[in-house]
Amino acid sequence: MSAAGRAATNHSGWRHWLLAVMPMWLMATSALAQTAPRADLARFDYRLAARQLAPGVYVVEGDNADFSLANGCNIINTGFIVTGAGVVVINTGPSKRYGEQLRLLIARTTTEPVVQVIHLNLHPDYFLGNQAFADVPRYATAATRAGIARESAAYETNLFRLCGDWMLGTETLGPDRDLDAAAGRWRVGQREFVLRELRGHTASDLVLVDRASGVAFVGGLAFSRRIPTTPHADISVWLASLGSLDAMPLRTVVPSHGPVFDDGSGLAQTQRYLRWLDGHFRAAAEGGLEMNELLRAPVPAEFAAWAAFQTEYLRNVAHLYPRYERQALKAGQTLR
Amino acid sequence: MKRRACLAAASSLWAAWAGAAAATDPFEGDPYQSLPWADMRREYLGAAVAEFDPRVVVQGPAFAEDPMNVPISVRADPSLGRVEQIVVLVDRNPIRRVLVYQPMQALPALSFRFKLEQASPVRAAVQTADGRWHVGGTWVDSAGGGCTVSGASRKDGSWTQTLGDVSGKLFSAAPWGDGTSARLRLRVMHPMDTGLVNGVPAFYVNRLSVRNAADQELARLQVFEPVSENPVFSFDFAQPPAGGMRIVGTDNNGNRIGSRVE
Repeated sequence: MSAAGRAATNHSGWRHWLLAVMPMWLMATSALAQTAPRADLARFDYRLAARQLAPGVYVVEGDNADFSLANGCNIINTGFIVTGAGVVVINTGPSKRYGEQLRLLIARTTTEPVVQVIHLNLHPDYFLGNQAFADVPRYATAATRAGIARESAAYETNLFRLCGDWMLGTETLGPDRDLDAAAGRWRVGQREFVLRELRGHTASDLVLVDRASGVAFVGGLAFSRRIPTTPHADISVWLASLGSLDAMPLRTVVPSHGPVFDDGSGLAQTQRYLRWLDGHFRAAAEGGLEMNELLRAPVPAEFAAWAAFQTEYLRNVAHLYPRYERQALKAGQTLR
Repeated sequence: MKRRACLAAASSLWAAWAGAAAATDPFEGDPYQSLPWADMRREYLGAAVAEFDPRVVVQGPAFAEDPMNVPISVRADPSLGRVEQIVVLVDRNPIRRVLVYQPMQALPALSFRFKLEQASPVRAAVQTADGRWHVGGTWVDSAGGGCTVSGASRKDGSWTQTLGDVSGKLFSAAPWGDGTSARLRLRVMHPMDTGLVNGVPAFYVNRLSVRNAADQELARLQVFEPVSENPVFSFDFAQPPAGGMRIVGTDNNGNRIGSRVE
């Protein structure tokens, strides 16, 4: 049994244990998770680089961190695929500057023009670079388009607050076409893509697999050495989606956040985390813990060492714990 | 520093000393050096001695991910002796007083969630039997906006279907330590409108009383506008009350709350 498991079952004095241990692992966490941002703040240069995962298939990796001024809010992995009939861009990053720099990067990498943009979900760094792609069709599922229309004003405000002038001139230019993922296949030039619309991380999580190379862009369904984000999450639906993806032979998995998986293990980390979170929150609610106690209860070392733990885990608790609390409380009997 | 925070003005000599102390430290020893504190203390705690005391532990999140639901836990150390009441105050909220708790037969500990308008110290002032106030606090950072937007049930109108409904549970397999052997967790359905949203008057639960099966009052809570929509409270007891609990209360429009919870 892990130290966390022991502490959860042996309640006497766990608070003292926590007080003693917490500072140590907080230090360990920050040492592990923090690497120098790749962005150049003085020049507002994201220093984007295209890494080829397969012939014509590129990932543009962001920092594995939380949004910050130092990283220019670039914590996302975007991508682009050369099809023989133009380039398909997967997500456009957190700002107008990012979109512009991504487009320049693509022009430096291939002679083919950008012909399409695709957004995998509604979150801000999937579409706030769109102003640099105003001249090409931008696709998203109907649910994602509706979500962007609903949330984008709040996203702009929040990212301006967090990243300031990196966001200069950024305004939402939403996707302008519905992507019908029901067909499951999408052909551009010589490429055939497999499309799957799943749910759980958000109300619509699109997965795009390039059939020729087997590279899968799984958006927010899988995180890599980073605490998953949960503002729109439904854990049981999310786990079911990951289960259905398990049936597909995915070799190279590009998560939106954290290092690319190239060993076929792309879904396991997120599955492990979500299962732990589900069981841990349920046990806490059934034990009568309130939110501050849950926030301070031990977390397995593997997860505590992941990027953005200190902020994102707090958000997980704030977003999700109230649902477990409601399940643990019983309807009272009205008096008279 | 702590002694400087004691501001009871019994004699003119004492008043002169206190005045001199205040002149050198306008924050009255406040660890957060918050300018509103001196006025808040006078307004909500009155003339009794108030000192910052590490035995009053206030826990909250480092930042308010959801400014409409900021979880706060207050616990007074047993060495403080009998606690008459606990007042929770938030310096930078438009409505500063969140609640007043009289633990009576419960432990001097309470958890709840509230609406935070901007980053602020969150204080708990614990009044002991000798009349003195012991003040603890925590700092919660926030992007802001908690008190001046409507809750979900006000926006979609669903509050009318559930107004005053109570759900809850008495937990007795205690994982909490600190002499707690039972905890009552309650959720009361109410929009808890602050009155700071255009066109929506203040509408909030204002009194809750926790009673045992024989209708004896165990704990009493005065609630104000900043407490969250559909509030969740945790009350701790040294001994598990037998035979179920009765929750009785009102809101500021005179609606009654009455429910039995096991």
